[in-house]
Amino acid sequence: MADTPKNPERHHTFMPSEKKSTKAFYDTPNLDELEKGPWPSFVTGIKRLAMQEEFGDMMVDLLGQLEHSYNTRLGYWKGGTISVFGYGGGIIPRFTELMGADGEPMFPECKEFHTIRVQPPAGNHYSTDMLRRLSDSWSKWGSGLVAFHGQTGNIMFIGTDNDRVQHFFDDINAYGWDLGGAGPCVRTAMSCIGAARCEQSCANEMKIHRLLVNNFIDDMHRPALPYKFKFKVSGCPNDCMNSIQRADMAVIGTWRDDMKVNQEEVKNFIADKGRKYVIDNVVTRCPTNALSLSDDDELAVDNRNCVRCMHCINVMTKALSVGDDKGVTILIGGKRTLKIGDLMGTILIPFMKLETEEDYEKLTELAEEIIDFWAENGLEHERCGEMIDRIGLVNFLEGIGVDVDPNMIATARQSSYVRMDTWDEEAEKWNQRKAG
Amino acid sequence: MSDTPQYPIESGCPDGFQYLHPVMKKNFGNWDFHERPRPGVLRHVAKSGDEIWTVRFGTQRQLGPYEINLLCDIADEYADGYVHFTIRSNMEFCVADEAKVEPLIQAIEDAGYPIGGTGNSVTMISHTQGWLHCDIPGTDASGVVKALMDELHEDFTHENMPNRVHITTSCCQINCGGQGDIAINVQHTKPPKINHDLVANACERPSVVARCPVAAIRPAMVNGKPSLEIDEKKCICCGACFPPCPPMQINDAEYSKLAIWVGGKHSNARSKPMFHKLVAAGVPNNPPRWPEAAAIVKTILEAYRKDALDWERTGDWVERIGWPRFFELTELPFTKFHIDNWKGARNSLNASTHIRF
Repeated sequence: MADTPKNPERHHTFMPSEKKSTKAFYDTPNLDELEKGPWPSFVTGIKRLAMQEEFGDMMVDLLGQLEHSYNTRLGYWKGGTISVFGYGGGIIPRFTELMGADGEPMFPECKEFHTIRVQPPAGNHYSTDMLRRLSDSWSKWGSGLVAFHGQTGNIMFIGTDNDRVQHFFDDINAYGWDLGGAGPCVRTAMSCIGAARCEQSCANEMKIHRLLVNNFIDDMHRPALPYKFKFKVSGCPNDCMNSIQRADMAVIGTWRDDMKVNQEEVKNFIADKGRKYVIDNVVTRCPTNALSLSDDDELAVDNRNCVRCMHCINVMTKALSVGDDKGVTILIGGKRTLKIGDLMGTILIPFMKLETEEDYEKLTELAEEIIDFWAENGLEHERCGEMIDRIGLVNFLEGIGVDVDPNMIATARQSSYVRMDTWDEEAEKWNQRKAG
Repeated sequence: MSDTPQYPIESGCPDGFQYLHPVMKKNFGNWDFHERPRPGVLRHVAKSGDEIWTVRFGTQRQLGPYEINLLCDIADEYADGYVHFTIRSNMEFCVADEAKVEPLIQAIEDAGYPIGGTGNSVTMISHTQGWLHCDIPGTDASGVVKALMDELHEDFTHENMPNRVHITTSCCQINCGGQGDIAINVQHTKPPKINHDLVANACERPSVVARCPVAAIRPAMVNGKPSLEIDEKKCICCGACFPPCPPMQINDAEYSKLAIWVGGKHSNARSKPMFHKLVAAGVPNNPPRWPEAAAIVKTILEAYRKDALDWERTGDWVERIGWPRFFELTELPFTKFHIDNWKGARNSLNASTHIRF
């Protein structure tokens, strides 16, 4: 806040009076500007680190290089190859490219400034003891600067040199922490808070998350796939983990029986918000017109046509809730622009029960089939979704042994340019599946 | 490095269950409903009758030991010693006792951290590393976010929007920030400048050629050295060649601009998930406060706040009112660049007589 803090030593604007690092601060007028305003400033945070005895000079130079970027509007880091013993990835190496006329780094103290990607606990939960312990380890072996979390989901320990990467890893690896993915490999996954706190959860997100990632731990630590592969797990179709667009394989909780309606609470909600509110914000907003409010304020649901979009449940959190017959929907192939354009994930498995250990085993087997097929058939730097786009969904399904399902399409084929010699066989397969 | 390196313990992703608040452990999978008593506070009630109160607040995301210990001290003294991070880097402290909520809020606010980011607020901007740490950034990330969140502070601490607003920033077209109700992304406007002296040593030329989405790059001998050349008429300035070949410098102090996109949505609620769509480009990449980008974001937010129905995300809103109205309400120019010409573009055209007058 712009107001004077009550206790300046316990406030995000706090700056220690004693500077223990030896290097003088550079003039950083651009960055100083970002210390103003009410939002907590990362610049103040880095300046505080720059006052420290250990790694302080590194952060003085980091501020120098960042200010230089603000002036020239260019970045000055280049990558390289750094890892820890036994692994091939997980570290984002950074070396300064900013050289003076003498060919020497202009900001030598941060000439090596690597990030270490560490997998957070499923669901991003921590105890304060564990956060402090991680922070202490990082202050011992690195700059102390940590981002919770990067966009893939890793804890990003930002800023250390070549020699200390291994020490930091050894330190935290001994008490239960492992590196995440970087490069063409299975990446760190993400899962929502889900069953731990949310009534809308239809799955055990933490279990699915850990099962999938830890099953592919070799593929994470030793990058050898065509490109990155991401798992994300959301407990319901609100998809708080953004998995449809951001995951190669999205696992999303859902249910297939009727949603639950507590008519007493519907009446309470109407008494509180008014009938018009419910008509305008719930009934008419259902994407498949599956809701209807009767004259006596009873809410009827056409469950056969409900697409489990979550909207009405989001609005009427007490009156409406997900059903009992829970499972997951699996989508495949989401990614952003490069190189062929944006792709949402598409449905691969409309519904899968996840109750018994065998159910969970089927999930990992499916993931193995997908990754094996893509590893064999994907081109270099081609995401799974791009490969599917190139070879067609049906070839992919045949490759991994999954049957076609009308839930996979938004609309049936519109183009007549196709050979259908084996129509009868295919129709027979469908009939047999239906009968079986 | 130690003299005898140890093999790593490949423990993978740690179990989050061990760090759950005991009330969350006890009621795992058995929650009944939730409500938001005030911005930044959630109350979840379990079927057992147990309650968990969550206080959510924004941070600078990049935290040091001072911030971590300060916030952990607050969590230990005023909350129950457990911390949860949301996907948008907000922090959450959970308490089982309602009486602890107000003192906890007070302690967090006294330390200067904004309480909010819940429900129909503008929550924390999701962002990446930018000039601070990325090897290919066209702009900064933390700085853009700090500058914008200063402007949107009130919208974070209040729930004044029709529905939640997710803003993202990305420093190149890889778009690590992801889809956003409003996305602020670098958009280059000139082809890369090639340092022909370095290409042969720094780049695997066939992979660079293969990386180009429009086949505008081909191998060439330049000044007697094996290098690459670009068909500048074909080049779409996407920057895809720069990561595998840094001598193809795409970032430019003047010609790396920002573009603003609207209507990205991940949730399946009401409409299917949507990608964000271009609304403004040519916005100067203007540190340290990016005022031009901030002004456009605020204009869009204001139009959305005034015109959207409750529960409409920006994408839902534009679908309902149509693009002509969007450009009318925001007074942003509509140009030929808004009409897509990439693969599948015809699906984005209006193949009907549906017109709003």
